[in-house]
Formats: sequence, C-alpha cells, structure tokens
Amino acid sequence: MIEITNLNKRFGESHVLKNINLSIEAGKVTAIVGPNGSGKTTLIKSVLGLVKQTVGEILVDGENINGIFNYRNKIGYMPQTAKYPDNLTTSEILSLVKDLRENRDSNSKELIESFNLKGELEKPFKNLSGGTKQKVSVLISFAFDPQIYFLDEPTAGLDPISSSYFKDLVAREKENKKTIVLTSHIMGEIQELADEIVFLLEGEIKFKGTISSLLEHKKETKLERAIAELMGGGKH
Amino acid sequence: MLKVLRYEIHNTIRSKWVVLYTFFFFLLGYTLFSLSGDVNKAYISLMNIVLIVIPLVSLIFGAIYLYNSREFIEMMLAQPIDRKSLFTGIYFGTSIPLASGYLIGIVTPFLIFGKVKEQTEGLIYLVLIGIALTFVFSAISFLITVLQDDKAKGLGLIILIWLLFSVIYDGIILFVVYYFEQYPLEKVMIALSVINPIDLGRILFLIKFNISALMGYTGAVFQKFFGSYLGVLISAVCIFMWIIFPLFFSTKIFQKKDF
Repeated sequence: MIEITNLNKRFGESHVLKNINLSIEAGKVTAIVGPNGSGKTTLIKSVLGLVKQTVGEILVDGENINGIFNYRNKIGYMPQTAKYPDNLTTSEILSLVKDLRENRDSNSKELIESFNLKGELEKPFKNLSGGTKQKVSVLISFAFDPQIYFLDEPTAGLDPISSSYFKDLVAREKENKKTIVLTSHIMGEIQELADEIVFLLEGEIKFKGTISSLLEHKKETKLERAIAELMGGGKH
Repeated sequence: MLKVLRYEIHNTIRSKWVVLYTFFFFLLGYTLFSLSGDVNKAYISLMNIVLIVIPLVSLIFGAIYLYNSREFIEMMLAQPIDRKSLFTGIYFGTSIPLASGYLIGIVTPFLIFGKVKEQTEGLIYLVLIGIALTFVFSAISFLITVLQDDKAKGLGLIILIWLLFSVIYDGIILFVVYYFEQYPLEKVMIALSVINPIDLGRILFLIKFNISALMGYTGAVFQKFFGSYLGVLISAVCIFMWIIFPLFFSTKIFQKKDF
C-alpha cells in the first residue's frame, strides 16, 4: 500500500508534479499513463527515493520514506532502460543485488529458465543484446520476491514470447496480492493487465479509476480513444 | 559500503584503462632505467611525469567513470542501500584500482633493475605521493561531477582544474614572487606551496633529493620546514584535507541529488 499526499516536485523552474494525492492498493495493477514528459517516471522515482520531493509525504506500508532506505527491500524496480555496469556479468549483478537485499532470491531460477538466459549469465553486460538486457532487468526486479513492483515501460524491447511470459508473471504476482505499478504507452497491454488507471497530464492527476469507469465516463469502447480524449486530442 | 566497493573494484580492474595505466608507468620506469644507468636521474624524470600524469588521469578517469555510472547508481539506489555508502563505495572503487595500478606499474621496474636498495626512501616517497595524489584528484573529480550534470561541461571544468593546479598556479606564484620581490616571502611561499597538492608533492620530492640547495635561501627555508617532522606532518594533513573536503561536500550534494 502506497499513500502519497500533496506531493510536489520542482526541477528548477519547471513544476513537474503538482499536488499529487494518490493511494495505490495492494493486490491490484495500477497503470500510470500520460503523454511523454507528464511526470510518470518522476512519480515512480519519488516513491523509490531516487527523486527527492520538494513538498509532500510518501508512505509505503504506513512508513514515511523520508530519510530511510530499508523499505526498498520491499520494492522491485524495473527502469525504462536497463543499464548495469558494463564489465560485470549478469550473475555478478544478480549476486550484488542479492548481497544488498534482505529477502532471499526465490524466483531467479525459474526466470532464468523461462527467459532462456542460462547461456547469457557469464557474459559481460555490455555484450548482451537490447532485448536480453531488458530480460536481465526483469530478472533482477522479480528475483527477490518483492511486495511492490514499479515497472517503467517493461515490455519495450521484449520479443513476443518473453513479453507474454512477462504478462503472465505480472498476473501471477497480482494473484499473490502484490502491489504493482506500471507505465506503458501500449494501451492493449494496459487493458490486459491493469485494474486501475491514473492519468497524468503536465504533472497533475486528471483521472483515477478503473478502466471500465474511464470507458463509461468517456463513452468509448477502446481505451486508446478514451485516453486520447483525456489528453484533449482524439475525436470531439 | 564494502559490498559496493568489492564489486566496483572488480568492475574497474577489468576495464582496460586501468591496465593501460599500469602498463604506462611500468613502461616509463623500464625505459628510463634502460636509457640511463643513473638511478637518480631516472627517478627525477619519473617524478616529473608522475606529478603531471596522476592528477590528470585521476581527474578524467574519476569523472568519466562517475558520469558513466549514472544508470548503475539509479539501479543501486532502487535497492536498500543508503546514498552515503554507495557514493563512498564508488569513490574507493575507482581510486583504489587506480592507486594499485600505479603502485604495481612504478615498483616493478625498480624491482627488475634491482634499484630498490639504492633508492628505498625515494621509492617510498614516489609511491606515497603518487597514491595520495590519486585520492586527492579522484575526490576533486567526484566533487565536480556531482556539481555539474552536463558531461561535456564537467570534463571541460576538470581540464581547467588540472591546468589551474599544474600550470596556472605556478604562474601565480611566479607573479607573486616577482611583484613582491622586495619583501621576505619565504613563509608566504611555504603557505602557497602547501595549498596546492601538486606543488606539495614536488617540494617533498625535491627536499628528499637535496636539490633544494640549488634554490638558494628559499631552498634552505623550505628544507628547514619540509625537512622537519612538523613540516611533513603539516604537508600530510594538507593532503588529507584535500581528500576529506571534496569527498565530504560531494557526498552531501550526492545525498540530495535527483536521479
């Protein structure tokens, strides 16, 4: 459970997040959507502590995250682009993260098998292909059985087989009552995976609710159309 | 911090730059000893090159490394680790391999040519000052890097800092000496030399070699100051400050930074 109250973030002159009040429940997949530069990644990074909020309060399972770092034991984060130290191999990166985390590695074997990563484990990260790098990123965020997932455009770069396996994985974690937050520009994916939608525009939440309530509200059958309308484009 | 350090060292050592750096000092020492039978001459030449190369390489290597680690830092900060441990881990993870590379590269030729006995104290000075300069300039480069997000601007600034310490600073000293030649400047000169870590290194080398006799009265004053325990202590404290302050401020800035 994540509760965000009155979150504001400024980067110099630009006001990137404006008065964000949001609560994200466990056992659901929450999709954050919005045009490029609307503040999706900044919002995720604020909860992770990568971005320090200007004003506001963020509680993760009731604990204020300001100044603490142990709460990140509960979080699995998949960044937009997977970049790890070039000279380290996947198995070294994995054991580095394992060293840092309290929770045990419970899923990596299965993930390595399913993503067919066995042959790639001992190669330096820089020699991996783009898709494989993305798979390594999935591996690292899912391996340690976190309670909360932040997945920033997770399927970009994954081949169809891996992508569908990944979606099964998300669905399974949802069944396990995990909190899952994802961003994506692929509306089909969001329709398939998400329960809740948070629509961000220029740093403000313009809509929050279930997909069906959004479709009903906009009198549309397709999510893409409904979102386009929220952005102010689409048909009038 | 030790966990990060272990992996960082692993990663840095495998980069070809550290190997090249080690090889450079080895080749340099080897060539100088081959060309000249006089260990003292070879030693002085080594010292001059060390004083220029170490600050430059430490500054540039540190900055490029930290700029390129941005994604790694992002990934690490998503893990349960505090920022201070991460930052100091990366700092020592880059400076320790550089310092070890230098140590191996510089000592090996002495061992091969069997010159260690002849010049033991000199070698110790060479090694210690080289290592100290590595830590000083890595710390300065980390400070610049956290202050300036733009890689091109940051590297420009780094080159400027290097020029300032190794060339411009000496120009300023010359200007002071020339302009105030009627005044007794010895104490001022000592203070000015202690402030700049490269100058400090150079003077410590010179004093060890009794070349200070060539510098007349100023040399004698320097000899008296830097040759004493107090002088060596003050020099060591100064070099230490040059590591502590940049590292302290860069850690503070790093803790508040957005990624």
